[in-house]
Amino acid sequence: MSGVLDPLRLKARAAKRLLVDGEVSAAELTKVYLDRIAAVEDRVHAYVLVTSDNAAKYSTKIDREMQAMRGPLAGLPLAVKDNMVTEGVTTTCASRILHSYAPVYTATAVRKLWDAHVVMLGKTNLDEFAMGSSTENSGVQVTGNPWDLATVPGGSSGGSAAAVAAGEALWALGSDTGGSIRQPAALCGIVGMKPTYGAVSRYGLIAFASSLDQIGPLTRSVYDCALLLRHIVGKDPNDATSVELPFEVELPEGDRLDGLTVGIPGEYLALGIEPGVRARFDETVALVEELGGRCVEISLPHTEYGLPAYYIIAPAEASANLARFDGVRYGHRAEGAEDLLEMYERTRGEGFGAEVKRRIMIGTYALSAGYYDAYYGRAQRVRTLVRRDFARAFEGVDLIVSPTSPTVAFRAGSRTDDPLAMYMSDLCTIPVNLAGLPALSIPCGLSDGLPVGFQLIGPAFSENRLLKAAHALEGALGFETAPTFRDSAASGDAAGAATSAATPDAATSVAAPAAAGGAPPAAPGEASS
Amino acid sequence: MITDDDVRYVARLARLRLGPGEAERMTGELAKILEHIDKMSELDTADVPPTAHVLDVVNVQRADKVRPSLTRDDALKNAPAVADDSFRVPRMG
Repeated sequence: MSGVLDPLRLKARAAKRLLVDGEVSAAELTKVYLDRIAAVEDRVHAYVLVTSDNAAKYSTKIDREMQAMRGPLAGLPLAVKDNMVTEGVTTTCASRILHSYAPVYTATAVRKLWDAHVVMLGKTNLDEFAMGSSTENSGVQVTGNPWDLATVPGGSSGGSAAAVAAGEALWALGSDTGGSIRQPAALCGIVGMKPTYGAVSRYGLIAFASSLDQIGPLTRSVYDCALLLRHIVGKDPNDATSVELPFEVELPEGDRLDGLTVGIPGEYLALGIEPGVRARFDETVALVEELGGRCVEISLPHTEYGLPAYYIIAPAEASANLARFDGVRYGHRAEGAEDLLEMYERTRGEGFGAEVKRRIMIGTYALSAGYYDAYYGRAQRVRTLVRRDFARAFEGVDLIVSPTSPTVAFRAGSRTDDPLAMYMSDLCTIPVNLAGLPALSIPCGLSDGLPVGFQLIGPAFSENRLLKAAHALEGALGFETAPTFRDSAASGDAAGAATSAATPDAATSVAAPAAAGGAPPAAPGEASS
Repeated sequence: MITDDDVRYVARLARLRLGPGEAERMTGELAKILEHIDKMSELDTADVPPTAHVLDVVNVQRADKVRPSLTRDDALKNAPAVADDSFRVPRMG
């Protein structure tokens, strides 16, 4: 039966139907993904660890004990970002300092999915401790973007995004501190959502910046995103900042946006959005109007201060959170230190990579005596201004939209020598985390043969409104999430620009968009602007 | 302007041993990042209250009851060195 299943196109909603109808067994479905991983992982490098044996055994058990192990997610294979602790499965944060850490408990979000009999395929690559926008800061490996293996998948949840885009997972969990779910989803042509701060428990998510971090889904459709989200939300006694949602997450329906007012912040479009991204964005905005929505220009005047505030707040929190990695209780310890202080300093010097050290240094500096008010205190006040901008805007609009990333996937290595250039990747996503709002990215077409993400932002706890609008828009866009697997480095296509999608993998994906010209895949009713 | 000496001082606060040339390289990188961050000083924030946290929750409390916690074996399981059911560390300097 698995012969007809194309992991590049299969969505969780359809996979569930096949399982329920007995068209495919959980073991067969899991094998589709394990086979796909075996076939392409040596080019993509999305996983830090593939738990093949566990996945095969567990899926067989689900088939055998079908009566006891049922439920809406039973048997659906999932990839998990390797910064969520999983009992019995090594968790590394893609860091040398945690290279062989064996957790003694499981993150709440993962635990909920295990309890729902989801089959975990493995743990995915990330920028070390989720600090980065390209997954190149991983201490383990560099992940390739399945649309062009010479470009980055985005980050920090780049492994999860690449795994889903490459058909190496049906769906995945990621975490988002400044765009780490939405930006890689955008660069890999899939759906990614950051829920409202507090909607999903952070227990067992190895902390980067506690007031900003949030776990969320990376999926091949908005429907799948809602399906996964509804199973991970809820208050958790182990996370004091988690809250019970005042509603159930609905599975989205409908294809119209009638009555919806959508705000377009002029400040976001002034942020150096590249022309191809801007073109897809404008076309998608026109599509919003065709579907009955009303688009209005709005102002979020403190947008340009979001990035500076974030790069104080996130490193400050990180410098405190990462103090626990000291070679005493777990992880790497430097050999042969004469005394305790030397052991701490050498362990951390050897164990952390360059970007993590930079952030610890910025954070420690900003919190040190004499600088606290000028940096951390001021950043917290700017955070208030960013929140007020959104609050004021949402008095007049239901949702706010923007490009998710100012550019499409960039070449591996092109920003690694310039930390600030890398930070700019998250200009459009960072303010959302500062304000704790929910937002998601959906693919809205191609530019230079690479996917462009469209970001929808809502007020706190507007998940259902966001998902419903994104679902309607997704249907009208008709984007097919099947990447081309070209390698512009191997083909000498130095500019990373699209030339041809004529690779063996492209041939298997019937709707793989012809890349030349950057036109989005044709869809009925699409704006032609 | 951040100096090499500042970087070495902060590295000591952060318990980070920097390798040869690492402090000097970091001084340049941090200077550039901090220059961008200084953009915040364009704003007058004197009357703006700080946001530490976006939720309206304060002092979340639970019943003061004993609950099961990590076993000693689990707590020590990942330790690089153990002695007498404790974490073993080098002597204090």
